[in-house]
Amino acid sequence: MAKIFIYPTTSLILSDMVARFGHEPLGAALGIRERIQTAGFDSPPLQVTPEEPKKGLRWAAVEVPSGVRGRMAILGPLIDHAEAAIIINDADLAFGCMGCARTNELLLFLLRHRGIPVLDLTYPRSEEEGEIFVAAIREFLEKLPKGGKAE
Amino acid sequence: MKEYRPKYQGTHTVYVFVESPDVTPQDLSLRAYEAAPDLMIKETCFGLQITGAPERVAEVVATLRALDPSHIFVKDRGFPPGDPRRCRANMGGARPGFFGHEYELSLIRFISGGLEALARREAGDSALDALERKKKKPLDPDRLKTIFDAQEPSHG
Repeated sequence: MAKIFIYPTTSLILSDMVARFGHEPLGAALGIRERIQTAGFDSPPLQVTPEEPKKGLRWAAVEVPSGVRGRMAILGPLIDHAEAAIIINDADLAFGCMGCARTNELLLFLLRHRGIPVLDLTYPRSEEEGEIFVAAIREFLEKLPKGGKAE
Repeated sequence: MKEYRPKYQGTHTVYVFVESPDVTPQDLSLRAYEAAPDLMIKETCFGLQITGAPERVAEVVATLRALDPSHIFVKDRGFPPGDPRRCRANMGGARPGFFGHEYELSLIRFISGGLEALARREAGDSALDALERKKKKPLDPDRLKTIFDAQEPSHG
């Protein structure tokens, strides 16, 4: 089972596809869950504390806004653990505020910079594109070490 | 700052989305209650949320998926169900994350079609190659004509 980073990090489709074909999807929910289930100081809504922008310095320079560094503290460790990545390039839903948008740019840069296998996709707009979308994800995942099989 | 004591420590929460002509969220919840009386299960308009020990949640998800494999989709969730920081009962408006799910669910029929077509795909037909070909596809003549027609005539 390989760890696959998914972008958009909240994607239902990618999360399901990766798990369905026998691998572990790395998305935002894992980082959020870790914080929500860790005792400490109350810092709603996401339990992101003033410590997180300091941790984010591992992935972003000190002059980068703290909003981006805080988000990187959640998503950065997932990139470090990822063995491959699947990216949907026309995901407007991932835009959010400027903090999210800039973090997304940094995420995509770091993923490509790491040199791990990356599958670039766009959302399917027809039945034919849907077939290619699903089959491409399965082929990509089967080529990875310890590839899973479709159900 | 006040102390934070998390609830449901060590559990996993997953969303189960169903977009099927044959299975409703109610069918799914009844099956889930049968399969897992020890888990916290919440029926929603789109499917279920299941919270509990990670191994048990994975077992129940596998059982539910088997009902309609190409129309049931599963995703991890960070918060437990009903958490006041996320639940719209306390906040008003759509739940954060709703719009992303709404958008992807509008395309999910193509994914279901793709999953059903997987078995029909021929052995030598590589989808990754098809994807590359699509990226390098030359400009369609009809599209080129539309671009020409859209140009305003010059008055030079």
